[in-house]
Amino acid sequence: MTTILQPDDAMIPGVSEPAKSRATRRVRGLSDRTIAWLFVAPTIALLLAINIFPLVWMIRLSFTSLNLSMSYLPLRFVGLDNFTDILTDEDVWIRLQTTAEFVIWSVALQVVIGFGLALLINRQFRGHSFWTTIILLPMMLSPAVVGNFWTLLLQPQIGPFNYLISLLTGVPPSSFSMTGQVSLAPWTIVLVDTWMWAPYVMLICLAGLRSIPDYIYEAAEVDRASPWRQFWSITLPMTVPFLMLAVLFRAIENFKMFDMVNLLTSGGPGSTTELVSITLKRAAFEKWRTGYSSALAIILFVTVFGAANIYVKALNKVKQR
Amino acid sequence: MRTFNWLRSSTATTVLGAALLGIFDGGEAAAQSKQLTLCWAAWDPANALVELGKDFTKQSGIEMKYEFVPWTSYADRFLNELNSHGKLCDLIIGDSQWIGGAAENKWYVKLNDFFDKEKISMNDFVPATVVGYSQWPKNSPNYWALPAMADAVGWTYRKDWFSRPEIQSAFKAKYGRDLAPPKTYDELKQIAEFFQGREIDGKKVYGAYIFTERGSEGITMGVTNVLYNYGFSYDNPKKPYQMQGIVNSPEAAKGLEFYKELYKCCTAPGMTNAYMQEGLDAFKSGQVALQMNWFAFFPGLYKDPNVGGDKIGFFVNPAGPNGHFTQLGGQGISVVATSDRKDDALAYIKWFAQPAVQQKWWQLGGYSALKAVVDAPDFPKSAAFAPQFLESMGIVKDFWAEPSYAQLLLDMQKRVHDYVVADKGTAQQALDLLVKDWTKVFKEQGKQVASQ
Repeated sequence: MTTILQPDDAMIPGVSEPAKSRATRRVRGLSDRTIAWLFVAPTIALLLAINIFPLVWMIRLSFTSLNLSMSYLPLRFVGLDNFTDILTDEDVWIRLQTTAEFVIWSVALQVVIGFGLALLINRQFRGHSFWTTIILLPMMLSPAVVGNFWTLLLQPQIGPFNYLISLLTGVPPSSFSMTGQVSLAPWTIVLVDTWMWAPYVMLICLAGLRSIPDYIYEAAEVDRASPWRQFWSITLPMTVPFLMLAVLFRAIENFKMFDMVNLLTSGGPGSTTELVSITLKRAAFEKWRTGYSSALAIILFVTVFGAANIYVKALNKVKQR
Repeated sequence: MRTFNWLRSSTATTVLGAALLGIFDGGEAAAQSKQLTLCWAAWDPANALVELGKDFTKQSGIEMKYEFVPWTSYADRFLNELNSHGKLCDLIIGDSQWIGGAAENKWYVKLNDFFDKEKISMNDFVPATVVGYSQWPKNSPNYWALPAMADAVGWTYRKDWFSRPEIQSAFKAKYGRDLAPPKTYDELKQIAEFFQGREIDGKKVYGAYIFTERGSEGITMGVTNVLYNYGFSYDNPKKPYQMQGIVNSPEAAKGLEFYKELYKCCTAPGMTNAYMQEGLDAFKSGQVALQMNWFAFFPGLYKDPNVGGDKIGFFVNPAGPNGHFTQLGGQGISVVATSDRKDDALAYIKWFAQPAVQQKWWQLGGYSALKAVVDAPDFPKSAAFAPQFLESMGIVKDFWAEPSYAQLLLDMQKRVHDYVVADKGTAQQALDLLVKDWTKVFKEQGKQVASQ
């Protein structure tokens, strides 16, 4: 057993051996191992209570007919019925398609814009730090704040966005509604998400660009490689792992996007921008279809987890090259 | 090593501290036993209730605490609380559609014995409010709430614009009749079209404001005002839950088409997701000639310095080709079954039911459902909107109040918004899909749904 106090005790003059031993035992009441467990235990308990237990419970509920608004009805085991219902429901597939389109377009735009911004910021110029801070501001805001103020910006009658478009195109400002028109609303959520998160992609890309050693570019200069050739042969290949990481993070985040879109459009007009996370929230906490929504949550979890795993394997292959 | 010694003693101190905190917490809870928490929505009448509640505190010594939540999250917040058997609310003013679920799930205390003991008779209240807010099953003598806040959908209009000679003559020239508050939906649409895009005092104005909100209940609470009057019913009165051919009747489809036409022709730009507050903003800023909204907001609008007083007028929801109804709003007050202070909560209800308190409730800006108040001879003259309120309460219809109402409501929100705002499919297709959705919900609930 590890002793704790012996070196200090040994230096105390006039203390008898039995007294020392008693003191040691008293302080030793809790062993190192116990102390370590005591400190880890709350974390483990918390993890079990708020992660593992709900997950297991949710899996159990997904096989039941539980509806919390009708909890007086007997709980029935329905096997895979909830899963079958979801996978054969055309509406759910449409929501998944809407979500996929949102993820693809917003992540693609964020990568292009974020990478472009990183290339600009990577150069030293006057006011470099100031502009970096300005560019990073959107991602520091809460999605709820972003949703609310973009709602105001996009308001057809008083919103500056419509006036800006009107100034540029001559179209009357109140003749279109970015959040209220079926043709524009999906692009609006992509636009706002890109505005908010392109700086995040920029940061990751910037880390990639700064990790490329200067001597590689110096060697390319010696070989008289053009800037375009340097970009294609050095910059882009060496930042690809970082770009892929950014795509992974943003895709997972956007797959579960809820707050910003809910505030901007509530999934409307109609169900045009109803992402699958909004469907899940409505099923779980507005319709109270607990069994059904648990099954939907599991399907989404497995989808994201599976896709992320495949992607991470691809990322590792790219890194190994 | 010393760190470990210190940690040992800190652990003991922490455990002791936590135990002491627990003791103090318990002590504090004991000191607060004479306090009631009342849960409701955050809106104008809630402020009136706070004012009224001061009298209760004076009389009983029980402190009143309020938990008011904005309408957009009111149902989510409190249904979650009730579902989880929380103890936040001792009293709750719950929406009329909750009554079925609250009764079946035993979230509310059944009040029959209490009413008998305290001689509170439901015959003393406006019948529509008793059926709408208190009874479950409907039309049975089982009471779960005391009618607290009577409400219905009504309309406001710009009386000052209507009375301008140049506007009157322009209207008469166009439609061959006098410009007056509409009695039918066709008249309403004409008026809305007349005002749409018109310049008044150098400002472009719009015809009408109607509910279009997608997330909670908005567009449903708006469209039903037209649907009822075109012939829509929730089910066959002779065969409960038989909806085929009733919900999606050709008349109902015409009503839905009309609502869409009204939305397309005569509302302000961007009103694609608008409910109570957006309507108030549109009216107060002088943007619209006609506004659909709940009577609960009318006292506040009447007091508004810019559009209130002589400038505002009120009218009852117009009739349609097949009837004259309006959407019921409002709520009853109930005692939450999980409350530890049920006796105090019942004492509040007993106090609230008194005619003098109900009279003051109306004067402060709440809407009493007590006959002694609303049937008093001077009631119609007591407020500019009182006659319209009285008439409306006689023609109200309410949405489903089944335990599964939330699913039924969200299905309707989706189908109607898809058709009206997102231009998806036809009115008939929207209602056919709604019947399909509702049939599925009722079957899950274990109800027999006849197809014909």
